[in-house]
Amino acid sequence: MTWNWDVAKDFLPELGRGLLITLEATALGSILAFALGLVWAMAFRSPTRFVRWPVAAVVEFIRNTPLLVQLFFFYYVLPTWDIKFSALTTGVIALGLHYSTYTAEVYRAGIDGVPKGQWEAATALSLSRARTWTAVILPQAIRRVVPALGNYVIAMLKDSPMLALIGVVDMLQKARAEGASSFQYIEPYTMVGIAFIVIAYPASLLMRALERRLGH
Amino acid sequence: MTAGLWENWLLPGVWITSQLTLFSAVFAAAVAFGIGIARTSRLWIVRFLTGFYVEIFRGTSALVLMFWLFFVMPLAFGYQLVSMWAAVLALGLTYGAYGSEIVRGAIASVAPAQREAAIALSFSPAQRMRRVILPQAIPEMIPPFNNLLIELLKATALVSAVSVADITFAAQLSRLATGDSLEIYAIILVLYFVLAFVLTRLMRLLERRAKAGIGQAPVKSGKGPLATRKLSARQESEQSSNIITGGAQ
Repeated sequence: MTWNWDVAKDFLPELGRGLLITLEATALGSILAFALGLVWAMAFRSPTRFVRWPVAAVVEFIRNTPLLVQLFFFYYVLPTWDIKFSALTTGVIALGLHYSTYTAEVYRAGIDGVPKGQWEAATALSLSRARTWTAVILPQAIRRVVPALGNYVIAMLKDSPMLALIGVVDMLQKARAEGASSFQYIEPYTMVGIAFIVIAYPASLLMRALERRLGH
Repeated sequence: MTAGLWENWLLPGVWITSQLTLFSAVFAAAVAFGIGIARTSRLWIVRFLTGFYVEIFRGTSALVLMFWLFFVMPLAFGYQLVSMWAAVLALGLTYGAYGSEIVRGAIASVAPAQREAAIALSFSPAQRMRRVILPQAIPEMIPPFNNLLIELLKATALVSAVSVADITFAAQLSRLATGDSLEIYAIILVLYFVLAFVLTRLMRLLERRAKAGIGQAPVKSGKGPLATRKLSARQESEQSSNIITGGAQ
């Protein structure tokens, strides 16, 4: 069996629709991961260990267990607690939560990189805790970790096909459906694979350029 | 959950996951060293081809590659792999590409004076690599390899999608049999965490021995027993750029 352009042409619109869902899941997952990661990173620096330790344990646990299993956990367990989300929402939550444990480390590294004098200066100016974070520390910390965060967005893009396994109709799911209905496997799967490379490669070049611009 | 499910599915599943991790890690390490060393070649064609390999396999998704090997390869090339080996191939090729960047980075970080000294002593290129560069580069590779190994362990869960009976697959069967989603998924999450923890401890041991071999003390991380992977800001950004694709520098 060989490559058939007609099949490829027929699959193209489907691929496009799947791509939109893939990008949507990645974008929403990224927003969640950026926000939650920041919460974890700030909790790591909490003055009380009753916050630090549980947060560190949870983050460590989520990061060292497979995203796929977490996905199944949310998909099958949440409905038994009468929390019902669509497959896409469940997928976005799992993706965002999983990657928030990575972005938390990125933020932590960025926050640790802010010179100690900045904290002391904020204290000397008697800025409130909230002002210290929002006006002094975070603007400096986040600036230097933007490329690393961007890299995790690309990693999330590449993990998003897992959502197909709980029934989200992304690119991979479109290819599986095409295979199941028409027994055409070669073109759909190959096109999905190429689509990922075509998106991920330029995106990563962009991140690399950004890394150089921000002077690492 | 009943004893039968444990004996017939979950425990064999743990064994399959361990095997998958081991085989894929060995295969990925072979690819990583082969490609990583080849990328320092003097011939541009070797550098170009290995660079191309790395960009392709870091650019695509491991799950898509697994489906591709599982469904497309038998049709397109007439080879049907046993699903376990299709999984090992997909994981090994993907994580080998990630690992080759670690190898390349560690080789590049060996002090240039070491290479120059080896040239001055008229070592052949192969001797230079084996006797001077690699013994100093390998201890540097172990912490990032540890991170990658945990990522690989987590990625083995993907094989349940092509019907390899690993822990995740066993969990799906148990869920269908008993309906205790919470209990089953909580148990296997803990199982994966324990596996990751054991791997981390083993890699720490390896790092200590490798560093002792070249007369260095391991860096004290001092971050409690649970902390598996703590990196500095620079390492963190390297780590993140390593798990995605990126142009050759």
